[in-house]
Amino acid sequence: MQIAGPAGWLRSVLPQSISDSVVYDVIWPLIQIAVALFIVMTLVAYLTLAERKISAWIQSRMGPMRVGPWGLLQPAADGLKLLIKEDIIPLLADKAVFTIAPIVSMVAAITVLVIIPYGAGWAPITDVNIALLFILAFSSVGTLGIILGGWASNSKYPLLGALRSSAQMISYEVAMGLALIGPLMWSKTLSMVGIVNAQNGDHIWYVFYQPLGFLIYFVCALAETNRAPFDLPEAESELTGGFHTEYSGFRFSLYFIAEYAAMFTVSAIAVTVFLGGWDFGGLIGHFLANTHQNVYTVISIIVFFGKVLLLLWAFMWFRWTFPRYRYDQLMDVGWKWLIPASLANIVLTGVWFVIGISIPDGKPFLKNYGTYIAAPGFPAKAYVIGSAFLVTITLTAILLSSINKHSRDFNLRTQRQLQLQKRAERLAEAGNM
Amino acid sequence: MSITEKDILKIAEARTRIEPMFDTQEMTLNMGPQHPSTHGVLRVVLKLDGETVIDLDCDIGYLHRGVEKIAENRTYPMIAPYHDRTDYIAAVSNGLCWVETVEKVMGLEVPKRAQYIRIILTELNRITSHLLWLGTHCIDLGAFTIFLYAFREREEILKIFENYFGARLTTHAFRIGGFWWDTYPGFEEQVKFFCDYFPEKIKEYEIILNENRIWLQRTVGIGLISPEDAVDIGLTGPPLRGSGVNYDIRKAMPYEAYEEMDFIVPLGKAGDTYDRFLVRMEEMKQSRNIVLQALDKLKETEGQPVIAKVPKVIKPPIGEVYHSIEGPKGELGIFLVSDGTNKPSRMRIRPPSFINLQALRQMCIGHLVADVVAIIGTLDIVLGEIDR
Repeated sequence: MQIAGPAGWLRSVLPQSISDSVVYDVIWPLIQIAVALFIVMTLVAYLTLAERKISAWIQSRMGPMRVGPWGLLQPAADGLKLLIKEDIIPLLADKAVFTIAPIVSMVAAITVLVIIPYGAGWAPITDVNIALLFILAFSSVGTLGIILGGWASNSKYPLLGALRSSAQMISYEVAMGLALIGPLMWSKTLSMVGIVNAQNGDHIWYVFYQPLGFLIYFVCALAETNRAPFDLPEAESELTGGFHTEYSGFRFSLYFIAEYAAMFTVSAIAVTVFLGGWDFGGLIGHFLANTHQNVYTVISIIVFFGKVLLLLWAFMWFRWTFPRYRYDQLMDVGWKWLIPASLANIVLTGVWFVIGISIPDGKPFLKNYGTYIAAPGFPAKAYVIGSAFLVTITLTAILLSSINKHSRDFNLRTQRQLQLQKRAERLAEAGNM
Repeated sequence: MSITEKDILKIAEARTRIEPMFDTQEMTLNMGPQHPSTHGVLRVVLKLDGETVIDLDCDIGYLHRGVEKIAENRTYPMIAPYHDRTDYIAAVSNGLCWVETVEKVMGLEVPKRAQYIRIILTELNRITSHLLWLGTHCIDLGAFTIFLYAFREREEILKIFENYFGARLTTHAFRIGGFWWDTYPGFEEQVKFFCDYFPEKIKEYEIILNENRIWLQRTVGIGLISPEDAVDIGLTGPPLRGSGVNYDIRKAMPYEAYEEMDFIVPLGKAGDTYDRFLVRMEEMKQSRNIVLQALDKLKETEGQPVIAKVPKVIKPPIGEVYHSIEGPKGELGIFLVSDGTNKPSRMRIRPPSFINLQALRQMCIGHLVADVVAIIGTLDIVLGEIDR
């Protein structure tokens, strides 16, 4: 058996006394994991620097400039500082849970990295047929780490932060899962590689088929990773740091790294499911894919990380631009807006399917290619994209406004008018008496 | 009426019925004195049901320095720097209040030119104070970026202060009777530059915040206070005007040359946090207008003296006087008892923040923890002034 790419090269280098299965199933994946971990962890470390730099540029500052050229060694300095800091465990804390909690968060954030398809060909470490489900499950475990940490600290601010976090997890996990169903109806698989291949086969990114789904997913991703404007569990101006108030030194840095790794994960899912994964389209892509496999794979990895970084930049952009939601408003956004919207999105996508397959006689718009459903040809694509952008979004907006018409925050101008009216009535009453 | 066995049984039964399966109790949360958004060392003891505030108590005094007692052992000119340190955000206004009180008890008439310079500086100081309020209020609500934008503009004013007084924060601006120095060369241009540059920056804030949905959700209907309650508690300044009560000392009891100035007193309608936000934003624009008017008048008085005839040793006649000005945070008043010596017999400060803080409990009850932070921010308190 000969496999192309670095795995095949590895086989030819290693002595024949090591069997094929050991090389292909143990040594090569371990190398892949090590490389992926190294790249992603470095990326995460530099994300902390990027956060500081981007916030600085938004706020007309320069950001860290002292350590290394343009502050490029800042992450190393930060890591070293956190490593040599005193490790404090509060006297009344539950020591075992307090110690385990950040590790739970960290492990959950890192495990997911195995499933992400970093590129075409030999780049994905593994291809599991329930990958998306696996990722969603593990991101919930990450939140468990936050809850445990807040609870074990035996302190009031972390407790409030942990409670907020659990409520947030429950409400946003639902909408996030529902938002991902739309693209899955097209790809007919949960495998990450399969989803990308389906988009490649259809020559489209699912963000065009599922604009609403992408929007909902992105908002939920912000909430899932506790990023502003949904950073309630750690709201520093309210809870002085939320769940990690009592954490210091390296344990704190574990939480910190876990947060950024989770950001990377949700962005990677968004890229895979909605933005075509490693796909960079065009003639060059197809030419390379057929002739220079290895070059194509390397370029695809770069493209994948480029797309992820673009989304991460949006994460940071939002954080430094928006005010923070309040706890009850966050619940409102989750339950009254995002969940109905994602349900409506699923129903309407189904409706477009039925219409697309049945109405045009003999020549249905949508074709079932066995592993995935596609809309070949220009009119079919125009039909799907047009219906998704115009009809789905309009109908969902109408639905949402009819649901939320009577909620307090729907029309704040009317709300103010009501207050004024009440006050005028009260004054008139007082005048009569 | 005696209690029978039946009654006891009834009570016992009722008790078992009411008692829930799990014990619930209110949580007491100690917010501060070391907390990022209590604006200094305010300690708020919150009683929480879940995250809803059911009771609240303020604990102050962590920054008490006994300024009022110290003043009894200092001569009149020596007291002035202490006033810079009560409300350190608005040192110029505080200094103005002190020198005017002494001038009032001495019966001094300050030259016109000095009055115009005083107006320019105090109005600039009002802008710095409001900018700092805007920045910290935004941080409280999670919008960090506005904070640094506000500080960028504040810097321009602080440059003017530095050029004129030699200090940026605790300026020790005024002397009894006027000024020691006339304006420095280039003062007018620098102030004019700031006034030209400021409106577009205000517009920037308004674009970011005024119609921002999250900002509206966090401020509209939060910390409501009716005009009657506001007057009863004794609120002054933007919190009072945010409730729609038209009371501005610059209009009601004009001091300095404010009679000659043409400006509007912005009023709120509903009395919530959003209204107070709008009022303060409009006040900054009005302050800029006043500065521009005063600059024009300043040009007319070129070359006139800036200090009245003041005796070498200041010994005001025996008497009592209360004088108040419109500080950035509200009515800032000083009550002074002079016994004819060179030291006051008693000096009492009426700090606006201290009295505005009284509204906190009424505003907060029924809101969430996150709103407590917003309401502390909207009251614009300075602990240096509250504790004195």
